[in-house]
Amino acid sequence: MASKTLFDKIWDMHEVKTIKDGPSVLYIDRHLVHEVTSPQAFGGLKERGIKVLRPEKTFATPDHNIPTINQHLPIADKISRFQVDTLTKNCEEHNIQLFGLLHPKNGIVHVVGPENGITQPGMTIVCGDSHTSTHGAFGSIAFGIGTSEVEMVLATQCILQPRPKTMKINVEGKLAKGVTAKDLVLYVIAKLTASGGTGYFVEFAGSAFRNLSMEGRMTVCNMSIEMGARGGLIAPDEKTFAYVKGREYAPKGADWDAAVEKWKALVSDADAVFDKVYNYDAADIEPMITYGTNPGMGVGITQNIPTLESIDESSRKTYLKSLEYMGYEPGEELLGKKVDWIFVGSCTNGRIEDLRVFAEAVKGKKKAEGLTAWIVPGSQQVEKQAVAEGIKDILEEAGFELRQPGCSACLAMNDDKVPAGKYAVATSNRNFEGRQGPGARTLLASPLTAAACAISGVITDPRTL
Amino acid sequence: MPIDKFVTIESTYVPLPIENVDTDQIIPARFLKSTTKEGFGDNLFADWRYNKDGSPKADFVLNKPEYKGEVLVAGKNFGSGSSREHAAWAIRGYGFKVVVSSFFADIFQNNSLNNGVLPVIVSEKFLQELFEAGIDNKVNVNLKEQTITNLGNGKSESFEINSYKKNCLINGYDDIDYLLNIKDEIASYELSRA
Ligand code: SF4
Repeated sequence: MASKTLFDKIWDMHEVKTIKDGPSVLYIDRHLVHEVTSPQAFGGLKERGIKVLRPEKTFATPDHNIPTINQHLPIADKISRFQVDTLTKNCEEHNIQLFGLLHPKNGIVHVVGPENGITQPGMTIVCGDSHTSTHGAFGSIAFGIGTSEVEMVLATQCILQPRPKTMKINVEGKLAKGVTAKDLVLYVIAKLTASGGTGYFVEFAGSAFRNLSMEGRMTVCNMSIEMGARGGLIAPDEKTFAYVKGREYAPKGADWDAAVEKWKALVSDADAVFDKVYNYDAADIEPMITYGTNPGMGVGITQNIPTLESIDESSRKTYLKSLEYMGYEPGEELLGKKVDWIFVGSCTNGRIEDLRVFAEAVKGKKKAEGLTAWIVPGSQQVEKQAVAEGIKDILEEAGFELRQPGCSACLAMNDDKVPAGKYAVATSNRNFEGRQGPGARTLLASPLTAAACAISGVITDPRTL
Repeated sequence: MPIDKFVTIESTYVPLPIENVDTDQIIPARFLKSTTKEGFGDNLFADWRYNKDGSPKADFVLNKPEYKGEVLVAGKNFGSGSSREHAAWAIRGYGFKVVVSSFFADIFQNNSLNNGVLPVIVSEKFLQELFEAGIDNKVNVNLKEQTITNLGNGKSESFEINSYKKNCLINGYDDIDYLLNIKDEIASYELSRA
């Protein structure tokens, strides 16, 4: 048998058929649904007079368009409330498991899936959200889809998809102190650029990824879309199995043993050929921060913003536009620049481990004068755990407040918007113009770096905290 | 929603010589609260197109009446970021049937094809020549032949599209029709894995 990559193994297992000179028909094991990208898809089913084919493989949670305070009250914004209610209605009509607001399992869709054992190795997982790539941390093929595709999956549990090429990103070695999973992935994106992975599905391999916790691996796979890749995955191992074991929707008893046996085969064969391979050394990575308006515009925190001369001539216009938006000059130093806002949260860094790191770093210190901070747990379970572990108290003593779960300022669809012109150090995944509110300026970094900046009020190297 | 059959297009175009235009620019998140596919065209590129008070920004290309047409020509890596299909709805809603760039993000490419908007990938040089040409320059986009022609200088390039998608566009079919038609094959696949 020809040797195969992990990606190819999972893809081949899920291929119902291939259309000649066209896409594959791919069977989907788990479909995650939220309020923003699904109403038109359910509407399409209604127009066609059909029902959801496999409701038991579908899970829904409102997360994008909900407030992160006073969730016990009706949503004040009427249009938002209608969108959330529409999700509830559609789930009732089609018998879909819904984790509605304040449900103990509610939260950001990509936090909820893994947390409840819905996400498992070897699966195909889709959701109408590009950061579905997060679930690849478990050794599954997970990617974001558009609403037409949501409708396809609801109707047929299948999707038409051109087969992507495969890429391996290999990072060997130990991450230095103060360097986290977020820095690792921002480093890779800075190397590859925001479009370097387009057309590919990435496997992250090497000791740097293997040594990460499951939360860290999720952070990495989450951001694979930010290099343009269709998704990213990491081969499952004992750490993966231990994380999944015992969670509500995970297999139990004899089924569990059988599942683990199968999952152990989910590795790329030693001589499998990837269409592209990149190799990096973990020792070269320092805490990262972005200075521009796409996630590929990142540098080590002690470095300067690239000079104009270092940029490709054809890209200079776009580069200058980006820096103008940020209010920065080419070649400037980043350390010491003003920070107005801190956002800790999102499906990239809104899990319990992220809150622990942040709390640990701010413990016994005080939030900088005049700085606003939003600390938003990724789910109800994260919130509950943060309270139980005393994280909430630590935060409050340092002048921070723990909000309620949701996407919040990651995309600023609700009221959590950073005002125009303000600088926000965010643990989320996108620094696009206006992403955190019209005119808002976003600097992407790790929770640890965010903590350092939150205490000092300026861009600060977390290693000096 | 049924998509229109795609016919050959000959049109002036709207140039947007900016790279890495992401879907947050195409349609900012605050406009995603709708539960229908209608009305997004008015908010296409909203933050570049309107001032805070809602008045149009005079220097943005969509607000210059001399630039019009069914074709949008944009800098490389168009449509990166969010998977929101609202971006394709906004482009279609505004009246564009073709987007030309030297590079597209994957999800956007799927989304626009699913809405009858054709993404055409051209070389960087071809793209720059389109940007440099005068306001009334036209392009011809022939899907059957898979060619795009800069009518100003007569240069042509062929572009790629898989034959399945090409047929869908030419005939106005969509993927869901296709999948519903192979229900039995899907059912037997499910059985084979059970
Ligand atoms: S937290 Fe941000 S990236 Fe994640 S699902 Fe929500 S909006 Fe998307």
